[in-house]
Amino acid sequence: MLSDTSLREIQHELSKYPADRRQSALMAALRIAQDEHGWLSEPLIEYVAGVIRVPPVRAYEVASFYSMYELKPVGRNKICVCTNISCMLRGSDEVVEHLNKRLGIGLGETTADGKVTLKEVECLAACAGAPMMQVNRDYFENLTPQSIDEILDSLS
Amino acid sequence: MATIEVDGKTLEVEAGEMLIKATDKAGIYIPRFCYHDKLSVAANCRMCLVEVEKAPKPLPACATPIMDGMKVFTKSKLAREAQKGTMEFLLINHPLDCPVCDQGGECPLQDQALGYGKDESRFLERKRVVASHDIGPLVATEMTRCIHCTRCVRYGEEVAGIMEMGAPGRGEYTQIGTFLNQSVDSEVSGNMIDLCPVGALTSKPYRFAARSWELQSHASISPHDCVGTNINVQTLRDQVERVLPIENTEVNDCWIADRDRYSYEAVNSDQRLTVPMIRDGNPENDGGWREVNWESALKYAAAGLLTVIESSSGNHVGGLASASSTLEEFHLFQKLLQAMGSSNIDHRLQQLDFRDDSTASRFPISQLPIADFSNLDAGLLIGSNIRKEQPLLSLRLREATLKNQAQINVIGVMDYEMNFDLAQNIVSNPASLVNEIALLAVEVSKLKENDVPEQIALLASPNEQYNDTQHLAAISNIANQLCSKEQTMVTLGAIAQQHKDASVIRFIAQWICDITDARMVILPPANSVAGWVANCTPGEAGKNTVDMLAAKLKAYVLLGCEPELDHIDGQSAMNAMLAADFVLQISAFKSSNVMKYADVILPMAAFTEAAGTYVNCEGRVQKSSVAAPPKEESRPAWKILRVLGNFMEFSGFDQITLDDVTSEVSFENLSSPKGKTQENSDTTIHYHHTRGLQRISDTPMYRAEATLRNAKALQKTADNPPPAAGLNAKMMEKYGFSDSDLTLVVTTNGEGNTVLPIRLDNRVPNDCVYISAGHLETAPLGADTSVSLEKA
Ligand code: SF4
Ligand code: FES
Ligand code: FES
Repeated sequence: MLSDTSLREIQHELSKYPADRRQSALMAALRIAQDEHGWLSEPLIEYVAGVIRVPPVRAYEVASFYSMYELKPVGRNKICVCTNISCMLRGSDEVVEHLNKRLGIGLGETTADGKVTLKEVECLAACAGAPMMQVNRDYFENLTPQSIDEILDSLS
Repeated sequence: MATIEVDGKTLEVEAGEMLIKATDKAGIYIPRFCYHDKLSVAANCRMCLVEVEKAPKPLPACATPIMDGMKVFTKSKLAREAQKGTMEFLLINHPLDCPVCDQGGECPLQDQALGYGKDESRFLERKRVVASHDIGPLVATEMTRCIHCTRCVRYGEEVAGIMEMGAPGRGEYTQIGTFLNQSVDSEVSGNMIDLCPVGALTSKPYRFAARSWELQSHASISPHDCVGTNINVQTLRDQVERVLPIENTEVNDCWIADRDRYSYEAVNSDQRLTVPMIRDGNPENDGGWREVNWESALKYAAAGLLTVIESSSGNHVGGLASASSTLEEFHLFQKLLQAMGSSNIDHRLQQLDFRDDSTASRFPISQLPIADFSNLDAGLLIGSNIRKEQPLLSLRLREATLKNQAQINVIGVMDYEMNFDLAQNIVSNPASLVNEIALLAVEVSKLKENDVPEQIALLASPNEQYNDTQHLAAISNIANQLCSKEQTMVTLGAIAQQHKDASVIRFIAQWICDITDARMVILPPANSVAGWVANCTPGEAGKNTVDMLAAKLKAYVLLGCEPELDHIDGQSAMNAMLAADFVLQISAFKSSNVMKYADVILPMAAFTEAAGTYVNCEGRVQKSSVAAPPKEESRPAWKILRVLGNFMEFSGFDQITLDDVTSEVSFENLSSPKGKTQENSDTTIHYHHTRGLQRISDTPMYRAEATLRNAKALQKTADNPPPAAGLNAKMMEKYGFSDSDLTLVVTTNGEGNTVLPIRLDNRVPNDCVYISAGHLETAPLGADTSVSLEKA
């Protein structure tokens, strides 16, 4: 279910911990699996559990605990808008509204063409640049409708 | 040691121990939900908050280690407020549906809400609702009631060794459940019900059957395995409604296996025999069967047996008793047979090789006390699926591996899934099992510089597979552990004991134990030790089970058993029964097979309805009690046997009470010294495999006796799959089979065949096929044979 590259990366993570602490590599392994498939399906979680040698329900506990693991399919790009206190005070409501309008979807939804998923998240520790959002791996701060448009246009 | 003060009382306690342990010992009550003595500390319910001097906030007693000079207040204003606050939070999402909850009346949440809760809820918002899923036939779920204490999760992970329940989600969205809502398949899953402090996990068969305060408790003993589990049989208006554990740290701790908990369903089932029956009528009508009163039935039985004895001799009568009979039943049974002039007496229906009956006193008593299973340093299991054979001993082995890093090894014929880690796992096959053990003996002798007996050395003579250095290394590693570790054992499981060369295996295992000082452990089925104590074994020149069946005797007396299912060679058992002139069966359950061959069927009381003595594998003598009266016309088997003795006009059958019977039994052999290796044992190999596939067979745990076979919920579990021919993936490919194809299984001696579906089973080694016993469908194959598979 995972490519050789992913499996090698997981082995690398495992090598960081003592042999009887394989579970420590579980979070990293789930991240690697998600990077390859975009989201964590139940069979994929079970597969990763097998690689780490933990019971499937243990892996599922971890996957369902953290909000950055996706348990449902997501678009090719993931936009996470912070609506926590600093960003809210600095206008995250307008950011969300603008994104809704531009993408035609609400929070937690994916565009029909599968290009973008929009998520609402808590503080991403970039309050100094509020309002902010994370697009895939990158942070974008001090957002304005214009800068949001530019960012959206640059997405493939 | 440390000195602390709790509520003004000075206590001398273990430093570093958790506070709640010390207060429990001192009898000071602290409320709790998530803490449990046998589980790790999670400290997630916060109900046990107490005030500790100098601590700024209340601390959880279950996770606060004791320090010298600590001053604790469990009932101060601060403590009380914290406890009440916790209670209020625990209840905001709880449905408060006690009137329709099975836990009501015995619910820690209900009790503690009474003590710490408010009489009115301040929470007016919407409560959280959680969907429940079907997690199998034994445990009912009502997950909205769950308070997330995670006891069930920790139990699975820590005690049972199979983590089936988990706590996915976070915070408000946490939902306890299984992965993908799969069923909970552990053989000790019912203990979760006892652990769950609310009504989230309850017993499915017991659902809505009774209220706890209406039930009467009866301390008793479970008859299903050699542990002698202490159980509380609870009844409502003379009907058994459920079975709970009774804590006994030396035997079952606070756990019981699912079969101990749910077998009572058979007792209440409509499969019970309730009226004596004889077959003397027109075969056209119900096969000639009719119901009669006790007197006629006993007269008919006595006359039938006496006719055989008079026309031939007592030697033409054979007696087979179920291994789950009580000591008193075993005793009167063999006494009756002896009085008839027969020494053909046995209760070992799961054994094929009796060669050592005369040479050694192979009293199947464990040299290792049950409690010491938890303290082992190393051990070897030979031919044992211990998890399913003796679930509670398996939990103890798990404890030993966790606590002592015990090295437990397996030499067996199937790659059974254990609930503890194995040091070495040698999956051999029936034909090579003896050689493997002989090889181990040779390795042991090298380490101990002790000559291995010639006979054993010959059996170890290397064949191909021993050129495999990895394999040899594993064997010598086991030898090393047995020689160097302190507390060790060698255990013979069911597969080893039903092997055609079981006596050879016992001989070699005993030799290994003698040399290494490992404890020899033979785990017999059910109450078999009592069978030995009561001499329910072949007498002087008497026939054992196999000979009795092979000899096709004129008459058989069956106590609590259905030989066509209970004996590993179901076919020869059935043939012998059909050929007999007269068969008397004393049983608690109806069976259409038995009606084909029996002449008289007498209804006996079930295990909850008759008192008796049980002797477990360590020789512990325990008494069970009567929980409910025998159903309808059925009677305790010991009374039936006694009165039958009277009807046959034998002397020695005038016991009045059960104690009169018990006192006739000598417990002398229980204190018999450790068995020593017998010189010149017969070590000829009887298992020969020449062509085809080796058949591996065991009796699935819920097929082992009539009571279990009639327990509805247990029959629906994953441990009771329909009969099939199990092949590993490689063999399936080799023979071109795919899952659930039908196959014609033919024994290579041409004597038997049957059609079974193929099942993928990767526990099965190459060139072997797994076909379980205990099913009519597989009985035609006999026992321990080689078979070939053809496309059907
Ligand atoms: S189901 Fe019962 S035992 Fe399991 S977490 Fe919930 S309350 Fe605790
Ligand atoms: S509140 Fe938005 S980044 Fe901290
Ligand atoms: S019992 Fe201490 S926190 Fe639950």
